[in-house]
Amino acid sequence: MVSSTSQYSNNILKSLLPWIISTLILIILPFIFTGGGSVTIMNQIGITIVMAMSYNMLLGQGGMLSFGHAVYMGLGGFIAVHIMNFVEDGLWLPLPLLPLVGGLVGLGMATIIGSFSTRKAGVVFAMISLGIGELLAASCIVITAFFGGEEGVSGDRTWAPPTFGIEFITQIEVYYLIAFWVLISIFLMYLFTQTPVGKMANAVRDNPERAEFVGYSMRWVRYVSFCGAGFFAGIAGALFAINFEILTEENLSMGMSFNILLATYIGGIGFFIGPVIGAVGFTLLQTVLGLQTDLWALYTGVIFILTVMYAPSGFTGIVTMHYVPWQLGKIHLLFKPYAKILVPALIFVAGLTSLIELTNHVRHHSQETSITLYWITFESNTIIPWIVLLAMTLGGFYVCRVFAKEVVDAWGEANYVEKG
Amino acid sequence: MDLFVINFLDGLIYGLLLFMLSSGLTLIFSMMGVLNLAHSAFFMLGAYFAYQISLYLGFWVGLLVAPPIVTVLGALVERYGLRQVHQYGHVPELIFTFGLYFVIEELVQYIWGKNFVEYRAPESLDFVAFTLAGGSIQAYKVFMLLCSVAIFLGLYYVLARTRVGMIIQASLSYPKTVESLGHNVPLVFMGVFGVGTGLAGVAGVIAGPTLQTYPGMAFALGSIVFVCVVVGGLGSLFGAFVASLIIGWMKTFAAAYNVGAAEILMYFGFEYPDNVYYHPWRDLWTLTLPQIGPLLPYLLLVLILIFRPYGLFGRRDA
Repeated sequence: MVSSTSQYSNNILKSLLPWIISTLILIILPFIFTGGGSVTIMNQIGITIVMAMSYNMLLGQGGMLSFGHAVYMGLGGFIAVHIMNFVEDGLWLPLPLLPLVGGLVGLGMATIIGSFSTRKAGVVFAMISLGIGELLAASCIVITAFFGGEEGVSGDRTWAPPTFGIEFITQIEVYYLIAFWVLISIFLMYLFTQTPVGKMANAVRDNPERAEFVGYSMRWVRYVSFCGAGFFAGIAGALFAINFEILTEENLSMGMSFNILLATYIGGIGFFIGPVIGAVGFTLLQTVLGLQTDLWALYTGVIFILTVMYAPSGFTGIVTMHYVPWQLGKIHLLFKPYAKILVPALIFVAGLTSLIELTNHVRHHSQETSITLYWITFESNTIIPWIVLLAMTLGGFYVCRVFAKEVVDAWGEANYVEKG
Repeated sequence: MDLFVINFLDGLIYGLLLFMLSSGLTLIFSMMGVLNLAHSAFFMLGAYFAYQISLYLGFWVGLLVAPPIVTVLGALVERYGLRQVHQYGHVPELIFTFGLYFVIEELVQYIWGKNFVEYRAPESLDFVAFTLAGGSIQAYKVFMLLCSVAIFLGLYYVLARTRVGMIIQASLSYPKTVESLGHNVPLVFMGVFGVGTGLAGVAGVIAGPTLQTYPGMAFALGSIVFVCVVVGGLGSLFGAFVASLIIGWMKTFAAAYNVGAAEILMYFGFEYPDNVYYHPWRDLWTLTLPQIGPLLPYLLLVLILIFRPYGLFGRRDA
């Protein structure tokens, strides 16, 4: 008896371990990244994580491609800002509970729209989501009383009654609020995947006909997933409202929905943790790369297309692919070819992006001739940089092609299981 | 009445333009089961290519050369992109075309900049064709109308009367059978994808001067084209035709008649509020038809999908 009890508690500890670790990571992150804008970026990442995870409830777990997920985030956010403004007039609601309200708004909206949009998956669902998304984005400008027209609606989070003496004036206080909700949301979404409905969502995604024959209504399963996704999108919206204190038509626009699709897909839709990685990567691309170059969207788009074409399970999929060689104890076979191809690959990427940046610089900022790329400053009106970069690009590409064969061979060898 | 005729013609031109896009989209969808989200991006490419060519060789050369370039580009995309993604299923294909749209839009901004470019109608068509009691119709619009009708008739002829059209139609419904009869179905797919995007390119070349050529033109027209295809019924060419015309007229008539919600509300006996700009229902009172015009196609789309999910003329339950 005693041993089984200790084993039971051991199991609980084991399943709780990832959550404890991620809690600790979230707590100490602000002490590691103390730079100027890092808390702002982390807040943005947290919001994107909740949004991408909620999007993955549709696309990854339910097989529903949505082009209008920003609707639920946007509406949750708008209501949250309005409530922040009502709080000033005496409505009692502590700020940490605001995301719950946003979530309920998202849930309510999803219950209405899901009632007809989840009848079909695939193209029909995608088109309805597109239609609803466009409809709301367009009506944003018409209904100014609620959406505030072009300048949007702004609020002030510090008007809310202090919670345990915290008034959420500084960014770091907001960070811990967001981190708390990120953890809660991810935990709830994880629990959802463990429920029978969550499991059936996967079945309906993979083989709707068979799921129907087993006796589950695929429409009902999709509907429940859809409502859940709406709820968490609403939470993300309210977190956005708390963090930025303003919502504009941009939050409801199609561009917002597209960004979430990009982030989720690059991270990997087949994995529970994929959207987290996608959200971190995408936000970093958007903020850090966006500061360096105005072509960041082009690079992100190219990464996205390459992901769709060659790594449909995303970045997480590439990493988990290495689980088999690791278990076979052959992962060391891959180290050398990887290291070998890394150098020419980096040279190729550096050369190509520099060429693109250089062309862009000459075309659009021709009055200044000096340009800094990869920490090197040079004159853009001489011929030498062009020759060097072109040689880097072509040479890097050629050497990559040669070394790629070695990588493929090593990969086959590392995945080979000896019979016996 | 004259205003009606002018708007009728404008709507017809816009509707036929939409049909040029939605016909290609429908052909591609019914053949490959892929809704090409990048379709409007090819439309934009057509306009930009024609602009670039017209800088050196004039409008007419652009009209002849730009669409074949777009066609080849579309065929290459099918051959080296879509075919690779096809193995993963329909949703990744949809996502691929979406990514393509995204990248083409960014590339156009990278090459031609974010501003409008000066792509103009040729001077030989810059005169008033005829006037209708106050309103005038430019010759270029007549030219657009004739072009659209010619393409519509040509498409119909090829699909219904030629051998190639027969093979295409057969591959739509029985690709396996057609393949075993010795036809190269992947080649047919590539051809249809190329021609479909090429049609979008033609539309871009023709519409560029009137709708203006700028990086947002794909976004402005893209969703409307999907509305046409879905409302008409996915895979139905005739449905796409009817829906394009309906939406063309809807858009022009909504923009032309300034009916306000206030008039309707007052007709039903509601009282006009004293200070309308502080009234809780101010948006309802100040609403006008031109304002909600852009919303109408999407409203139609959602309503159609709720009450008739397979569209007006769609047969297959997609």
